[in-house]
Amino acid sequence: MLWVLRDHLDLPGTKYGCGIAQCGACKVHLNGVAVPSCQLPISAVGKQAITTIEGLSVNGDHPVQKAWLEHDVAQCGYCQAGQIMTAVALLKENPKPSDADIDSAMSGNICRCGTYLRIREAIKSVAKK
Amino acid sequence: MTTGKTTYNRRSFLKASLLSGGGLMLSVSWLSSVKAADKMEALNLPEQWAQLNGYIHITPDNVIKLICPNPEFGQNVMTALPMMVAEELDADWKNVVVDMGPHDNTKLGPQFTGGSNSIRMYWKPLREAGAAARQMLREAAAQSWSVPVEEVITKAGVLSHSSGKSAKYGEMASKAATLTVPKGMKLKASKDFSIVRKSQKNVEGKKIVTGKPLFGLDYRADGMLIAMIQHPPAFGMKLKSFDASQTLKMSGITDVFNLKLYEDNFEQGGFDTRTFNDLLVVVGKSTWEVMNARKKLLAQWEPAGDTKDTMSGRGGKREVTVPGGLESTSAQLEKMQEQAKKPAQQLRKDGDPETAFKNAAQIIERTYNAPFLAHNCMEPMNFFAHVTDEKALLVGPLQAPGWVEPTLSKLLNLPADKIEMQMTRMGGGFGRRAYGHYLSEAALISKKAKAPIKLIYTREDDMTYGIYRPMYTATYRAALDANKNLIGFHVKGGGIPEHAIHANRFPAGAVENYLAEGWEIPSNITIGAFRAPRSNFNAAAEQSFLDEVAEAMGKDPIEFRLELLKRARENPVGKNNEYDPDRYAGVLTLVRDKSGWNKADVATPGKETYHRGVAAYFCHNSYAAHVVDMVTRDGQPYVERVFSAIDCGIVVNPDAAKNMVQGAVVDGIGNAFYGALTHKNGAPEQSNFHNYRIIRHNEAPKQIDVHFVENDIDPTGLGEPPFPPVFGAVANALYKTTGKRQYNQPFKPELDKRI
Repeated sequence: MLWVLRDHLDLPGTKYGCGIAQCGACKVHLNGVAVPSCQLPISAVGKQAITTIEGLSVNGDHPVQKAWLEHDVAQCGYCQAGQIMTAVALLKENPKPSDADIDSAMSGNICRCGTYLRIREAIKSVAKK
Repeated sequence: MTTGKTTYNRRSFLKASLLSGGGLMLSVSWLSSVKAADKMEALNLPEQWAQLNGYIHITPDNVIKLICPNPEFGQNVMTALPMMVAEELDADWKNVVVDMGPHDNTKLGPQFTGGSNSIRMYWKPLREAGAAARQMLREAAAQSWSVPVEEVITKAGVLSHSSGKSAKYGEMASKAATLTVPKGMKLKASKDFSIVRKSQKNVEGKKIVTGKPLFGLDYRADGMLIAMIQHPPAFGMKLKSFDASQTLKMSGITDVFNLKLYEDNFEQGGFDTRTFNDLLVVVGKSTWEVMNARKKLLAQWEPAGDTKDTMSGRGGKREVTVPGGLESTSAQLEKMQEQAKKPAQQLRKDGDPETAFKNAAQIIERTYNAPFLAHNCMEPMNFFAHVTDEKALLVGPLQAPGWVEPTLSKLLNLPADKIEMQMTRMGGGFGRRAYGHYLSEAALISKKAKAPIKLIYTREDDMTYGIYRPMYTATYRAALDANKNLIGFHVKGGGIPEHAIHANRFPAGAVENYLAEGWEIPSNITIGAFRAPRSNFNAAAEQSFLDEVAEAMGKDPIEFRLELLKRARENPVGKNNEYDPDRYAGVLTLVRDKSGWNKADVATPGKETYHRGVAAYFCHNSYAAHVVDMVTRDGQPYVERVFSAIDCGIVVNPDAAKNMVQGAVVDGIGNAFYGALTHKNGAPEQSNFHNYRIIRHNEAPKQIDVHFVENDIDPTGLGEPPFPPVFGAVANALYKTTGKRQYNQPFKPELDKRI
């Protein structure tokens, strides 16, 4: 799925990071659940809905995207699409996540620049609203 | 920078599903006409720009485009450097858009991202460019209004005169562009800043959170093919022969060939380091196809033996022998232990350290070790190249275009002005992308394939085919007299293939009898700069050692350092001391005060006991100190909270600077606990994130308070300086938590052994 999105559908917002579901950079929503697209065979998708970062909102104004800008989260920015997709799925399922919930949902997403603190703050700010 | 259009149609979708095995229904929900409402598009940019200098373009509609000269890898220069221009230009920041400049050293300066140098290097020239453009706009207004130029004032992109006349910059831009560029402009005093020193959001923030194609891997061009390199399985090996018949049968594969990166006697510059010279290349239509077809290659490898590299640049032209052999970490450690016993090169000597140690009542001696580290940029190495007989276009992520250009010119036999380089946003750098071999590889592959290609490293390629942080060791010795005064200090450091010793840094200058020595063991494992090269080991070892010395002397670790710094200030020992003792002491006192270092109630709030470690360091012209608060969680030591104090002079963009320090703290904790790249028979033992551990959300601190020393000193580095002392502060907090000192990085395996 990852390379179909990137190479064939020209949707490069979904990133390649490891190819073995260890870093979370390639996460997309499969029926609203965040999954690593590098492990998702096209044949397994069927009629299920896939949403990528490009499809999260029309104008980049999803509350989680706005929170990311408000907290100026990104450094290099490469992992952030995957972080955002994971955070959106978390908040959908659990609108008021605790620190432990955030740890458990987000620990599959590596940020090599170390913006974890701001990601946490951004998620909490959305939860408060 | 991307030429591809973000479109989607039924045909490309069907093509995709056919590739995957065909016939399946796949429903992809997407927004077919995604329009980013980012600043660029909202401003409805016109075609015509009046260019006032290399950095400043203004439209008649009053949009100001500022060119960022330096590549962006997350240090936020695309925001900070234009802020410096806008400040002197008196621009309205709301009307500013930013573009990354192409490689053009004539118009845009050195364009090097590294050494924590961007802000420092451009602090004066960019403000002068802004001031000169402002003066030209004033001059244009003065001529139009027939008033003296001194009477034209500027504010937030508007020119005005006491007679009531006013004009936006855009209205005067075309006229201003015809005027002579003034020189020697007086720059603003820092108290008058209105953009610099105020937090401004990342100018690419919106593009990042909406997944716009910013990175090298996102770049595409018409007719572009994908290339990958199959490299030997181990350092010390080379290609013997290959059979590509199976690979060539795979769908989408257009070419398989081998090529030599550098011909014999090619004179390498300092940043031409490459891991392997004989390249086995697969070229095809899509990433997935090339990735799979490469697995079908039947390649035979053989020992490379000793090889010779011809080096030029600093140190003059010389031949360097790269030893053959398949190296293993365990053997390397033994080799380092042996070498450490032998005489080494003296790097600095003050007083009479031999006598001091002979007369000492107590000698403390400790040895510290650290492994190779892989950079692990989140975006693996990649580059686009389109090379023809006449010219070359290269697009992708790199830190130092000016360094690779002469190499490309020689390799491609093209004059520099026929080589166009564009820099994309980098998905991390950390020093790795200062080494441009992957551009050279892409360029030669494009030339041979006669096609535009994008060279992609997989994560495994990126990790096992690296230019690593060297493997280091250092033995520190301290001599105490009967009254527990520090009378001698000795450091002897070594490494594979270079040592990490900075002989003129603290505590040099603060101890009467001082000796620094260094030795090196050559290797075929390639190494290079890694966030704060050498310092990232020194600060771990030296700051751990000073903590232990302070304890032996019965002193508080901060007070002990402050006493040494007092000596260095009032009566410095020796010459060439690199640091300013006042500024060094400044970050220590700031972090002491902000962390409530001496207040037990702050150290033990609520139920959990915080065990505290402190460390400080000077590098890249800046000063950093951290207090790390550690708790035990689920039986594991965990850094919950960190206080940081930084002196980097004027802080251009405070919130972004804070973000960078927080990131450096997390990076430091992660590498201190987990970072290691080890080898067995030349082969890296880690290949991806399942066996190379990177710090994750649940392991990062919940609180990192960053405090900057406020002064009006011209800004110095920030990307690197906060990183090294984290290692020492973590080691010292671990001692308080576990009762055991840490001597070997990474710390986690040793901690696990004890549990």
